[in-house]
Amino acid sequence: MAGKPMLHYFNGRGRMESTRWLLAAAGVEFEEKLIESPEDLKKLVNEGSLMFQQVPMVEIDGMKLVQTRAILNYIATKYNLYGKDIKERALIDMYVEGVADLGEMILLLPVAPPGEKDAKLALIKEKTTNRYFPAFEKVLKSHGQDYLVGNKLSRADIHLVELIYYVEELDPSLIANFPLLKALKARVSSLPTVKKFLQPGSQRKPPLDQKTLEQGRKIFK
Amino acid sequence: MEARPKLHYPNGRGRMESVRWALAAAGVEFDEEFLETREQLHKLQKGKHLLFQQVPMVEIDGMKLVQTRSILHYIAENIDMYVEGTLDLLEMIITHPFLKPEDQQKEVVSMTQKAVIRYFPVFEKILRDHGQKFLVGNQLSLADVILLQTILALEEKVPNILAAFPHLQEFTVKISNVPTIKKFLEPGSKKKPPPDDVYVRTVYTIFAP
Repeated sequence: MAGKPMLHYFNGRGRMESTRWLLAAAGVEFEEKLIESPEDLKKLVNEGSLMFQQVPMVEIDGMKLVQTRAILNYIATKYNLYGKDIKERALIDMYVEGVADLGEMILLLPVAPPGEKDAKLALIKEKTTNRYFPAFEKVLKSHGQDYLVGNKLSRADIHLVELIYYVEELDPSLIANFPLLKALKARVSSLPTVKKFLQPGSQRKPPLDQKTLEQGRKIFK
Repeated sequence: MEARPKLHYPNGRGRMESVRWALAAAGVEFDEEFLETREQLHKLQKGKHLLFQQVPMVEIDGMKLVQTRSILHYIAENIDMYVEGTLDLLEMIITHPFLKPEDQQKEVVSMTQKAVIRYFPVFEKILRDHGQKFLVGNQLSLADVILLQTILALEEKVPNILAAFPHLQEFTVKISNVPTIKKFLEPGSKKKPPPDDVYVRTVYTIFAP
């Protein structure tokens, strides 16, 4: 039997956090090997462990998976969080990609040039309020079910709730006019596995601070 | 029986081209409605046909699918590491025409380096190690199609980019000869030409704020 998945990344959210959320929500225990110096990364590269010389990388079921989406697709399929058929999967994919588009803007905000930060933040708020939150509120309203797809928890709900937490960190008022999104957030947050992940002491990573950003810059330059 | 898929996008490659390749390779005939004006985009948005107000959008099997990857995934069953890696490289090619002219040449150098140092060696090794025609599972997959699309697009800019990669050269020839793909590569197919000034201007007309 395979051991626990092993996540290779630096000690921050970055592109690994959605994998941490998904595994945690699925109730899968995992281990982490933190990359703390350029030498740590070089070692992985020299071992041939990184297909495109990049992290995230997850060792799981005898594979060394890279590319965030491939990792998430595998985990979601394995733990039945990817819909019951190809059409449900298509809807989940659509929603997840929309979440990823907004998530990418938020992810890259800390590394925006200083003169552009305010404009980028304003754009994130505008897109959240006018494009993404309305789209998902509408989906929930259209069927009135507890979850986005197929009346069952899927990765779409988990990724969206994770995103809502990040949006709230930027501006708690943005979710004010989206009652169904608020309800989804509460519902998913109170699932036992997610509730545990949200508590202090879990493997959930905090927002990027200056020290971690500098460390990341050194490793990934 | 389901009607043919219908693609909504400007008349150029952009983010829809990989979908055209995937459908063509799968032998699925499709129709296209080309966006030429901002009014057409607004009509789609107001009619609530676009989940995130964006194209690509493909009408298929009673759904209006948006998000390139979800469209590809629906057509092709499996999106894996290989496809994702190649899509990273393809992203640079897609955005290239919209860079400032002074940045474009620099970006060609950057793309070429990424292709030759990071991506091509990986696929060359895979092909060399298993000696088969296709990247995965000894049959045509999305990985082969997207890699071929990317190689041909790069060769348009850098004709000898495969000089150091004999297995990729062979791969290019072999995959190009798969009947559905051979048909797509012939003149008169739905394959779009390289982006030109007309295409860039059309995109700005439709999408610029």
